Amino acid sequence: MNISIVNGHVVDPANGVDAVTSLFISEDRIVHVGATAPDGFVADQQLDAAGKLVIPGLIDLSARLGEPGFEYKADIDSESLAAVSAGITTLCCPPDTSPVIDAPAEIEFIEQRQEEVGLARIKVIAALTQGLKGSQLTEMAALKDAGCIGVSNVFAAFANGNVIRSALAYAASHDLTIFIHPEDLDLANGGCVHEGAVATRLGLPAMPEAAETAAIGYILPILKLTGARAHFCRLSTGEGMNMIRRARIDGLKVSADVCAHQLFLTEMDASDFNPLCHTRPPLRTQRDKEALRKGLTSNGIDAICSDHQPHELDAKLAPFAVTEPGISALETLLPLTLRLVEEGVLSRPQAVAQITCNPARILGLDDLGHLGAGATADLCIIDPDTEWECQPATFHSRGKNSPFAGWPFRGTVTHTFVGGELVYETNVSAP
Amino acid sequence: MSNTLQPGPLPASMQLDDNGKLRHFLTIEGLSATLLTEILDVAESFSVVATQPVKKVPLLRGKTIFNLFFEPSTRTRTTFELAAKRLSADVMNMNISTSATSKGESLLDTLRNLEAMYSDMFVVRHADSGAAQLIARHVAPHVSVINAGDGRHAHPTQAMLDVFTIRRHKPDLTALRVAIVGDILHSRVARSQIHALNTLNTGEVRVIAPKTLLPENVEQLGVQVYHSMAQGLKDVDVVIMLRLQRERMTGALLPSEHEFFRLYGLDEAALAYAKPDAIVMHPGPANRGVEIASSVADGPRSVILEQVSNGLAIRMAVMSMCLGATGGGKG
Repeated sequence: MNISIVNGHVVDPANGVDAVTSLFISEDRIVHVGATAPDGFVADQQLDAAGKLVIPGLIDLSARLGEPGFEYKADIDSESLAAVSAGITTLCCPPDTSPVIDAPAEIEFIEQRQEEVGLARIKVIAALTQGLKGSQLTEMAALKDAGCIGVSNVFAAFANGNVIRSALAYAASHDLTIFIHPEDLDLANGGCVHEGAVATRLGLPAMPEAAETAAIGYILPILKLTGARAHFCRLSTGEGMNMIRRARIDGLKVSADVCAHQLFLTEMDASDFNPLCHTRPPLRTQRDKEALRKGLTSNGIDAICSDHQPHELDAKLAPFAVTEPGISALETLLPLTLRLVEEGVLSRPQAVAQITCNPARILGLDDLGHLGAGATADLCIIDPDTEWECQPATFHSRGKNSPFAGWPFRGTVTHTFVGGELVYETNVSAP
Repeated sequence: MSNTLQPGPLPASMQLDDNGKLRHFLTIEGLSATLLTEILDVAESFSVVATQPVKKVPLLRGKTIFNLFFEPSTRTRTTFELAAKRLSADVMNMNISTSATSKGESLLDTLRNLEAMYSDMFVVRHADSGAAQLIARHVAPHVSVINAGDGRHAHPTQAMLDVFTIRRHKPDLTALRVAIVGDILHSRVARSQIHALNTLNTGEVRVIAPKTLLPENVEQLGVQVYHSMAQGLKDVDVVIMLRLQRERMTGALLPSEHEFFRLYGLDEAALAYAKPDAIVMHPGPANRGVEIASSVADGPRSVILEQVSNGLAIRMAVMSMCLGATGGGKG
């Protein structure tokens, strides 16, 4: 099947395209970008994207999908639909499921579910240690053969520093990126909010900035020692980001992401015990928020992700500290990122890069995240002018736990293609 | 009881009804000096009741009050119970073990069940900060919630009875220096005291503790921070000692009880740093020899037992004000 998407404003930062042009898709690939169709191309279907943005499908570095083990929160059906409805075509699933993704069988399960559902791509980040228990390494070569795109211990502790060294060295010998969640569990001390004035007022167990910076400071020399490639997940502090930036300048193979809500919310948003603002890492200070925003354009942050964590109602109906952390965030990733353009933080190509080609580079997925000839035809079309108000009750995700209720956003996804197939289309008459 | 995830209004406005009258009593923070003074004045009128041969007033006759204690307490629960009985309310005590409510939904489930029994007020003590506010956000419109202590967050009736006690001894708060000594970090009492004292324009509020027992940015609550008794107690009019829980010794926060008492315990020698007429307070129960010497706790400057009696009057005042029956205490 040949599809042409004509007259759209194509934003493809990896290929330096930011102009009105047309895209030509044959089967699952983009075959040509330009004003006119390549010789012999006959479109079976033509889509007029005049007045709309055409960007690569979003690649989300972290989304919990509820499977396996947490089907009472969400499942791959609901969350895949939520993803493609919000322009996200690739989801990365961390291994802290139940059971933990530490063997090829769990990866096969997720791949099978993805094929059944047939919407977004799902990439698996597998466990670095068996059962995420921090002592015995997983069979990383087998996991890689099964399709994992990286390994992580998520928030789990390691038995000791030597296990960390071995795990990193072994991952490096199989050319696997290690996804590090920098949190020193001892310094975090069970804290659920940033340690500062708000936590002091509310009397909530607090996590100091040093929980993040100490963890980063500890792991960087081990990365240098092992030559491993590491991606730092969900940075929350400006200081932590600066440490990684310096390591990058020193030649270490490191990258970093931030979740979208850290660029918009601060500790103050939790100041009325709002459990929807209970996140891990916690929302930090205004200063951190500003530093992370600056980092987007100064080599501090490579990617923005959703850190999607859908929860059932009861998970958030409890005193703040005992609620489960996390935000249902798939459907606010693109709107928040576009808002950074409106607020003048990023240019439009810079914003698109943070959610498309940059995460693709971190994952080593050469044919995703851009719209060059030969790339996989994962893309979305956005009506940039539609104004709407965020209403979590209407989310496709089963998780309605969003602190962004009532926020005005501009720009909606009208079409999403995965592998050249139209997997999502809004009803044009609907608001 | 509503089942919505969206947060409600901020605590300050949530505590007042449309006419600016007290509806819930969750935290001192955000309440006006006028309202706090009204509570103190109503409590003064109720303190007379306790000295009369018939100690009951009919203000809350026909009202049902549940004391919900998710955390053990003897003194606070007893004074709330007695306060409710003196106001002629029907009062039920529920001691709910935390193991039964380790999952958050059970907390709200418990409340739904109680609400079905047409209660008018919940007095709540809970180990988690924000619990009282969570409950207040979800109860039916006619139900009032009084916070009897939530986690490390707030214990507003304790703070009010402390201020009441101070005011009886030293009526002009603006002229006073008040020092709060000990485990500020884990103390809901200290947080509420600081808000109450500052709202009522107390001259100076100090905290005295080692850094391990002080929360970050505590000075932003409006206190002067001291690490030594000699400096911190100098020229102080009121010394408030906090209870130091013994389990704090195991968490590497302090080296030993002995060293804590030597540096931050209140004995005669330490009290000598304060003004000669300084009063000594403690929210109880005191750990004698850990934070306070018996000679001081039982000494002439101690008002610790008065605090207990005053607690009754304050709780009667708050309960009657929340249920809109403030008039009759003077009888």
